[in-house]
Amino acid sequence: MSVLSLLRRREAGIALALLVVIGVTTAIQPGFLLSAGGWRDLLLTPSILVVLAVGQAVVVITRNVDLSVGSVLGLTAYLTGRLFIDAPDLPIVVVALVAVAAGTLLGLLNGSIVAFARVPALVITLGTLYVYRGVTLTWAGSDRIDAGDMPRAFLGLGTRQVLGVPVLTFIAAIVLVAVAYYLYTARGGRQLYAIGSDPDAAALQGLPVRRRLLWAFALNGALAGLAGVMFAARYGTVSSGAGAGLELQVVGAVVVGGVAIFGGSGTAVGAALGAMLLLTINRALPVVGIPDFWQRAVVGALIIGAIALDRVLANRRSRRLAAARDAEPPPGSAPPGSAPPGGGPNDAGPDDREEATA
Amino acid sequence: MPNATPTLRLEGVAKSFGPVAALRSGTLIVQPGSIHALVGENGAGKSTLVKIVGGVHRRDAGVVELDGEPVDFHGPAEAKAAGVAVIHQEPASFPDLTVAENIFLGREPLGRFRRIDRRAMREGVRELFRNLGVDLDPDRPAEGLSIADQQIVEIAKAISLDARLLVMDEPTAALSAVEVRRLFAVARGLRDAGHAVVFISHRLDEVADLCDTVTVMRDGEHVSTDAVADVTPDQLVRRMVGREVAELYPKVPSTPGEVVLQVEGLESTGTFHDVSFEVRAGEIVGLAGLVGAGRSEIARAVFGVDRYDAGRVVVGGRNLRQGDPAAAIAAGLALVPEDRRLQGLVTESSVARNVSAVSRRRLARLGILLPDAEARLARDWSGRLEVKAGALDAVTTTMSGGNQQKVVLAKWLATGPKVLIVDEPTRGIDVGTKAEVHRLLSTLAAEGLAVLMISSELPEVLGMADRVLVVREGRIAAELSRAEATPEAVMRAATPGASESESAA
Repeated sequence: MSVLSLLRRREAGIALALLVVIGVTTAIQPGFLLSAGGWRDLLLTPSILVVLAVGQAVVVITRNVDLSVGSVLGLTAYLTGRLFIDAPDLPIVVVALVAVAAGTLLGLLNGSIVAFARVPALVITLGTLYVYRGVTLTWAGSDRIDAGDMPRAFLGLGTRQVLGVPVLTFIAAIVLVAVAYYLYTARGGRQLYAIGSDPDAAALQGLPVRRRLLWAFALNGALAGLAGVMFAARYGTVSSGAGAGLELQVVGAVVVGGVAIFGGSGTAVGAALGAMLLLTINRALPVVGIPDFWQRAVVGALIIGAIALDRVLANRRSRRLAAARDAEPPPGSAPPGSAPPGGGPNDAGPDDREEATA
Repeated sequence: MPNATPTLRLEGVAKSFGPVAALRSGTLIVQPGSIHALVGENGAGKSTLVKIVGGVHRRDAGVVELDGEPVDFHGPAEAKAAGVAVIHQEPASFPDLTVAENIFLGREPLGRFRRIDRRAMREGVRELFRNLGVDLDPDRPAEGLSIADQQIVEIAKAISLDARLLVMDEPTAALSAVEVRRLFAVARGLRDAGHAVVFISHRLDEVADLCDTVTVMRDGEHVSTDAVADVTPDQLVRRMVGREVAELYPKVPSTPGEVVLQVEGLESTGTFHDVSFEVRAGEIVGLAGLVGAGRSEIARAVFGVDRYDAGRVVVGGRNLRQGDPAAAIAAGLALVPEDRRLQGLVTESSVARNVSAVSRRRLARLGILLPDAEARLARDWSGRLEVKAGALDAVTTTMSGGNQQKVVLAKWLATGPKVLIVDEPTRGIDVGTKAEVHRLLSTLAAEGLAVLMISSELPEVLGMADRVLVVREGRIAAELSRAEATPEAVMRAATPGASESESAA
């Protein structure tokens, strides 16, 4: 892929916006980037949202959405803490795997209802958002898991850095690379795009639509489970309200990252950049001196702006492709010289007009 | 050859959709190394038969065997796995994927670690396109491809499957003469390699040129199977139609009055170009053309649903604002859309609600819609159109296609239109109701209504229209009077690449 085509990609615009935000804020307050804490925050703050956004992108590409991720994160974060308390002998890796497995199950449940009952994902996952949260509330009650309940080594994951990069950021990066690679290079990945692009045609082609949808929701659930573990490690306290309202931020990040909400296009990298942009702006606005009230408005404007931009780009593309089609010697693309004598069908144009007005 | 096991044996296959029998008794026996033509009018059941072979529909009754093995496909994937490749009439491509991805979807060449090998995929597509003699960029998105190019992509996809049975449902409908020749060369190559090919076409010259055997279908039933050399095109046509056109279409002669609808230089990038025509009071003008030629799009633009880039629409001497269906209705336009379930009806609503849907403002008193007024209107019109419904509050979902169409017609006639645009007025309607709809349109025209009728059924257009406009690739390719409008003349004007001598028509 040439540098030019790389620059013309949708993701380049988001990356540019991110760089501008960081640049401007650093110019006003150098500590935003050029201090140990600033650098760490820049990378650490978005890492959980990046994991969630990458998972959500996979679902949105199939023309679905999963609103339950905040609740899944809450449930798995609490599960993580509970396991440390109730089974103190379990290794940290096993605890993390159990939480991821739990997230996978919850995602599978979403996916099965969507794939088999054919009810829109928006409605289903809005329902499971409340159900999963209800489970956590019943289970946890007013109980709260504190830093003291969890092993030091685990909490260290939330703060430790390797080679100047926080561990959680490493995890997010690995997730991003793996999912992006899968979406671009695997047959299954391309089929997710096909399903989102035209579900009916996908069925007509004999693609395993249900299996792929189940898979997409399961993956998203697994990543939400992983995000739950990361949440517990990062904040050290987990209450029954952990992750509440996060789903909107996730969907916002995905949309800002250029994943079309009607499916079929977008990338994991875009979604991750969207998550970074959203949270970095959140931190930058107070530094730049924008009052609280406007900070949320700016985030909202960003989301609306991203959707509007997508619309404009899509319209421009289909107009350009349509215009290119008009310019071609119709139909299709017979090479010049091989056309039948008498020329293309277009030659009859003027005669017809005379006929029509006669 | 007769001793060989046929690649496809399909006998006595039936399929109904609700009360409509799309296929009563389909029979098709295709030998390996043969190109078998399947011909018949629209609605003869060819496409249904193809969809059964391709695993899209499941048969209600009958036998399907592949190489002597009975098969019962539960989905397109099973058919594909069994070696059946189908090019359906409507290309189904994925606009967001590239051309290459569309062709190899689910079967992409894999490199190391089962990763898609894009270079091999691109090469494979180039190779396919070289054989087909087309020049399409494998890396461009499928969005915005012309119908012809979409067909090419479908054909490339089907050929790359290397199936033992290749079924092509009207593959040439949108292709140029050059492309058709290349496709034929490819089909012959497949035949010589021992594959079986089923070729559906309306164009009998193509059948004579390419195929060795021909099966005729009519009204969902098998009529005859012969060697192509043994039958003349005339015989085929007679078997396809099986009845005189005149008795089917009760067109009452009428004298056209003044011009009611005038369209001048209508233009929409990528869809249609420089479309000009007029419709007079008391006249039925047929808008013929191939599927995808832009007929419905023109109708939608005239009615104000879609916008256009240039040109104007004049109704009764007054300019019509574009993109404003309400103004179009006020000016006396009515549009009975192509898809009545999706666009024509609120299927969950009652007959009365549907009939009054566009006339509510007129019926309302001080902004309040009186149930009495609604019921009176509905009773009036459903009576005139002989809608068969248990009651006016019956929900339209459960009604037959023909009765639904009558409800849609009633709705628009209730607005007292000057111009009635009907898009595929009898699609999916049983024969009896079809005749009723035709009689109704004819009567309305005789009473002075201007009718613009879009239809893909050639006999319907020829039987009903006083004048035929042929649309080809978004342009009015020909205007034919009732006398001039023979099936050949219309098809020639409608088919890209068959146009050399058309302006003489």
